[in-house]
Amino acid sequence: MTAAPLLAVQALARRFRGLQAVDGVSFAVPKGGIVALIGPNGAGKTTTFNLIAGALVPDSGRVVIDGSDITGCRPDQACHAGIARTFQLVKPFAALTVIENVMVGALKNGTDMREARRAAAELLERLGLAGKAETAARHLTLPERKRLETARALATRPKILLLDEVMSGLRPAEVDAMVATLADLSRATGLAILLTEHVMRAVMALSHHIVVLHHGRKIAEGTPEQVSRDPQVLECYLGRAAAGGGG
Amino acid sequence: MTIGRRRPVVLLASALLVSAAAALPLLPFVDNYVVSVLIVALFAAYFGQAWNIVTGFAGQLSLGHALYVGLGAYAAGALFFHWGVPPWLGMLAGAAGAALAGAVIAALSFRFRVGGVYFALLTIAFAEFTRILFDHFSWVGATSGLYLPVANRAHDDLLRLRGSPAMFYYVLLALTLGGLALSRHLLSRRIGYYWQAIREDEDAAQALGIDVFRYKVAAMGLSAAMTAVGGALLAFYDNVLFPDTTFAIGRSVEIITAPIIGGLGTLAGPLIGAVALTALGEVTTRLGSGLAIDGLKQWLFGAALLAVVALQPAGLWPWLRSRLGLGGDRR
Repeated sequence: MTAAPLLAVQALARRFRGLQAVDGVSFAVPKGGIVALIGPNGAGKTTTFNLIAGALVPDSGRVVIDGSDITGCRPDQACHAGIARTFQLVKPFAALTVIENVMVGALKNGTDMREARRAAAELLERLGLAGKAETAARHLTLPERKRLETARALATRPKILLLDEVMSGLRPAEVDAMVATLADLSRATGLAILLTEHVMRAVMALSHHIVVLHHGRKIAEGTPEQVSRDPQVLECYLGRAAAGGGG
Repeated sequence: MTIGRRRPVVLLASALLVSAAAALPLLPFVDNYVVSVLIVALFAAYFGQAWNIVTGFAGQLSLGHALYVGLGAYAAGALFFHWGVPPWLGMLAGAAGAALAGAVIAALSFRFRVGGVYFALLTIAFAEFTRILFDHFSWVGATSGLYLPVANRAHDDLLRLRGSPAMFYYVLLALTLGGLALSRHLLSRRIGYYWQAIREDEDAAQALGIDVFRYKVAAMGLSAAMTAVGGALLAFYDNVLFPDTTFAIGRSVEIITAPIIGGLGTLAGPLIGAVALTALGEVTTRLGSGLAIDGLKQWLFGAALLAVVALQPAGLWPWLRSRLGLGGDRR
């Protein structure tokens, strides 16, 4: 990793009543880097996302993007600082058309409606939704909604895109298409991506670097190969026996 | 916005409708009574448009818009009564005061994350609180009412808003068309997109960089100011103001009925709902007096509201649009 990462998460912590959901998690995402945040259910992935994107305020720790500290900022301020996110449970603007949904994102960059429409149309093309541009978002299928969610976030022209389970519910062919789209996008525009994902096929194909969370703590990080050989990771995913004979 | 190639047709139809509306008072069978009915319809349409901005576009349910009608009415009325301030200036003062009141109420509510039904309750509470306040506000006549001086005059005085029903009809027609144009403009700009995004999903809107608080407060302030402008006209049309009728909950409910029946959040909905409701009201009033059935009008209003909510919950206008093949299922 370079000396000055694009996104630096430092000792982030958040407690819900008795549960330490995120416990001193630190990692970094370099410019143009694709980092996956993985872990079993309840590991604290979505909470970490919410802490970075401003949907939750951390008890302690810092979130720094491109040198500026955005810890405790509101979601709209985090967005203006360069963070865009999707929601695990998609949140389309149901009554608006697909292109209007994406225009709402694009309007962050200026009030010119024609320019917003042009930028939105381009993103719909890229994400294979061009044919649905004038359809009301409520008529989309789940995989289409996931793509819409991604297009809308990208329309804000973020420095880093946070994807929360954007592949779940997709068929393998759709996962591959999405992976290809995201990898192209990152290569072409230098966009950094932080994703949480249960679909390992996507994680392994897409990410340069993986951070593993378990019970709110970071238990491992490294390249996909390193992480997939890490005994602690195998233990938490597959149980003690698979990690090479308990004891 | 799929109207593209249909634009000439829509423009032509709108031009015809506007000319027809402008010519109405000149027709032989249109007497002062008919004009007064048309005025009722236009007030309903205009107030509906104003309310539609905060609730239809921005999705924040206000059930206390009588408050802003009253602030506009009393500001313009009292300033004219005491100091002879021209109604148009009083109207501006009322609009500014109402905008401030609306923005403060919205800011207080949204700052403390009061939303949905609780926000609606709070808007009722503020309207009721103000009604009681005005009941004891002797400068504006308290419960005895504020009577604007009426003098017979040969000519309409547009500057002082003293004159015939036809003059009020034209003023209201212009105001309603202005409200329509303003709504259309706002809906096609960033602020309109942002309001609708907030209405559809606040979290998603905020994640896309929208300062949700600011846009909601702006919607309420603007809606309140527009409502107060109508309220000022109402004061000079009615010539008498009582807190119990001006700030009545019943008025708040009346304001929301037309847009709901016509199509909440649509541009033409408030206008179409107002015309439909007024027409229904007139027909049933005549029927009712002929048949001597008390409360027939209220009963039919309720039935109409139920029918629309059950059969066409999106309102009459979206349904009409698709029947007329105008496309676009929203506006």
